[in-house]
Amino acid sequence: MTALLITLLAPVFGAFALAVVRPLRVAGWLNVAVSSVTFAATAVLAWAVAATDEIAGFSFRVDAFNVYLVVLTAFVGLTTSIFSRPYMRHVCETGMTTERGMRIYHAMYQAFMFTMLLALTTDNLGVLWVAVEGATLATVLLVSLYRTPEAVEAAWKYFVLCGVGIALALFGTVLTYFAAQQVIADPAEGLTWSILFQQASALEPSVMGLAFVFLLVGYGTKVGLVPMHQWLPDAHSEGPTPMSAVLSGLLLNVALYAVVRLKMLVDGSLATTASPHMAGQLLMGFGLLSFLVAGLFLHRQRDIKRMFSYSSIEHMGLMTFAFGLGGPLATFGALLHMLVHSLTKSAIFITVGHAAHIAGTQTIDRIRGLIRTQPAVGWSLLLGVAAIAGFPPFGVFTSEFLLLTATMQVQPWLTVALLSGLVIAFAGLFRHLHPMVYGPAPEGQLPVAANMLPVLLHLGLVLWLGLAIPSFLAGWLDRATQLITGVHLL
Amino acid sequence: MSLVSLPLLQQFLLVLAALVLFTSFVLLSQARLVSAIHAFAWQGGLVAAVTGVVAVAGSSGHLYFSALLTLVLKAALIPWMLHRLIRRLELERHVESLRWPAIVNMVAVILVIFSYWLVLPMVQQELAFTRNIVAISLAVVLIGLWMMVVRQQAVAQVLGFMSMENGLFLAAVSATAGMPLVVELGVAFDVLVAMVLFGVFFFQIRQSIDSLDVDRLNRLTETVDEEADLEFSAAPRRPHTVTARPAAVEEAE
Repeated sequence: MTALLITLLAPVFGAFALAVVRPLRVAGWLNVAVSSVTFAATAVLAWAVAATDEIAGFSFRVDAFNVYLVVLTAFVGLTTSIFSRPYMRHVCETGMTTERGMRIYHAMYQAFMFTMLLALTTDNLGVLWVAVEGATLATVLLVSLYRTPEAVEAAWKYFVLCGVGIALALFGTVLTYFAAQQVIADPAEGLTWSILFQQASALEPSVMGLAFVFLLVGYGTKVGLVPMHQWLPDAHSEGPTPMSAVLSGLLLNVALYAVVRLKMLVDGSLATTASPHMAGQLLMGFGLLSFLVAGLFLHRQRDIKRMFSYSSIEHMGLMTFAFGLGGPLATFGALLHMLVHSLTKSAIFITVGHAAHIAGTQTIDRIRGLIRTQPAVGWSLLLGVAAIAGFPPFGVFTSEFLLLTATMQVQPWLTVALLSGLVIAFAGLFRHLHPMVYGPAPEGQLPVAANMLPVLLHLGLVLWLGLAIPSFLAGWLDRATQLITGVHLL
Repeated sequence: MSLVSLPLLQQFLLVLAALVLFTSFVLLSQARLVSAIHAFAWQGGLVAAVTGVVAVAGSSGHLYFSALLTLVLKAALIPWMLHRLIRRLELERHVESLRWPAIVNMVAVILVIFSYWLVLPMVQQELAFTRNIVAISLAVVLIGLWMMVVRQQAVAQVLGFMSMENGLFLAAVSATAGMPLVVELGVAFDVLVAMVLFGVFFFQIRQSIDSLDVDRLNRLTETVDEEADLEFSAAPRRPHTVTARPAAVEEAE
């Protein structure tokens, strides 16, 4: 419990402290320090959860499903803060933002971490909603940090689209609460997930079905599901690069986490009706659509960060599809995919930040010869993209292989769509990547001071997960699978 | 509760809810910004009134509090903030009429019918009262959404957004007798922060496009980079050197 408190309070403290700390050098280090404390606390928390199976109380609940996401969130938050310290100082020196902008940046970074961790650990569906909406509010000023017309436009789009989406999710939450009131006597517990989950079969199916549509559209906007994805490429490409890394790596995961938690309730409620798999089928439809559309859009991108944000949509679509497919194998694969995708994608965004810094632009056509200019950045980008495209021996290959196997078992004909989607996405990524990393470097292109430690750490972990998943992690994922589907995989 | 018989009370609630829906229509077709803000304040006041009536009926303490919260936030604070903003943005006399008012209003009517259709499956299990209330609040939400689609002006869009929140609140209060207090406070806090941020964005948008007509925020499409490249090639091109572009589509880092 103490560890949980520290996990949540450290970012709050950090947000307030960083809002007033003026010297940039101190603020950068303080950001790293706060993130380290948060990460250490989550590690202790994970240890406690491993020993006792779950920690619950004060309307918080940490079980096998969310604990690994909590640790992942804190870890990516920490490595990104390490990357952002010199990077944002450089941004500030080039005059893209002011000292006041930097204070907003650091404070909002920690506020964002707080909302993410709160959304993951809370047991109350209402608080979950408040936290996910809070995440939008915390990041929207960061998207417009550079104050260019494009950045302001991206931020406005992000704000309005996510605001509307999340408002629909609130309507779904109200409907869920309404259904719960017919079943649960104490109105204060009507939004507590763990109690709702025990009573799920008694919840009125017609209300829960309607609620889930709203919840899926609402949280799905944040996951970046097509056709509610419009905000995502803009926000990723116009915001500062560390923000892109945490948005892609963390926010999308947390929104998907919310969808899965709610699907568990709806599945329980609909189990005895004529359409027991309604929620799963909706997820499969939206997921497959996102997966294929985003894969095609990869081909016509001209901006490097936009391209990788479409790749995020593609992968979120794949995970949504897998959770919709259900069954222990698909769920295990999807959980693993959440993990490896976060690690790989944030590593890629960090590398892309350096690459854009070297070339002085984000336009793909003018980023050339990265390996010649700075081998560390070029090779990292190459390896990162190879990993995200699903090459063995990286972890993404493992999870995608599991997902394909599961699809083959349940819906064999959908394997064709999945495989062709993977090939389309692969071609889309590599046709842009190849000229960027190989080939002659433009004259006068110089290496920059780059801290590749976070990238190496992330890619190393992804490689490790691809070669051999450590048994404690496999155990965690298996317990989460058992929680979601009711069946053990291992 | 002792003085009023329940059915009468529910009828009263339904009348209030219908008035909320009516203000949604007023808001939708209001051309003058200032009047639209007034309509929004009335809507907030009506939602607060619904909350108050439910509180009296159920005599639950925390609903009195949330009625007060709604009244302060939705009927006073947010309209006041919007007023101040449009004064500072010099938009008090701004008039923006809808392009096809008849069609826009017809679509809104269709949205109301659609909401009623959507809640039809709930007919067997619940009384007609809850179904009506849920349908009306859903209609308010959808009309708010529709308003954000048809209005090009940023302040009017924010009004649409806020009236969506009103619809959600109406649903929470009347169908479920209010969410748990912590959730209600959290939602109110989020709405308030959102309003402050919207204010910040009005100024950022006006600074960047010199207007609050968000239709002109159209730089970011899938083809934007080609345009940017045209702009770039029109400039004297020096191959193999990094040219800093003024519009900073890139982060010139």
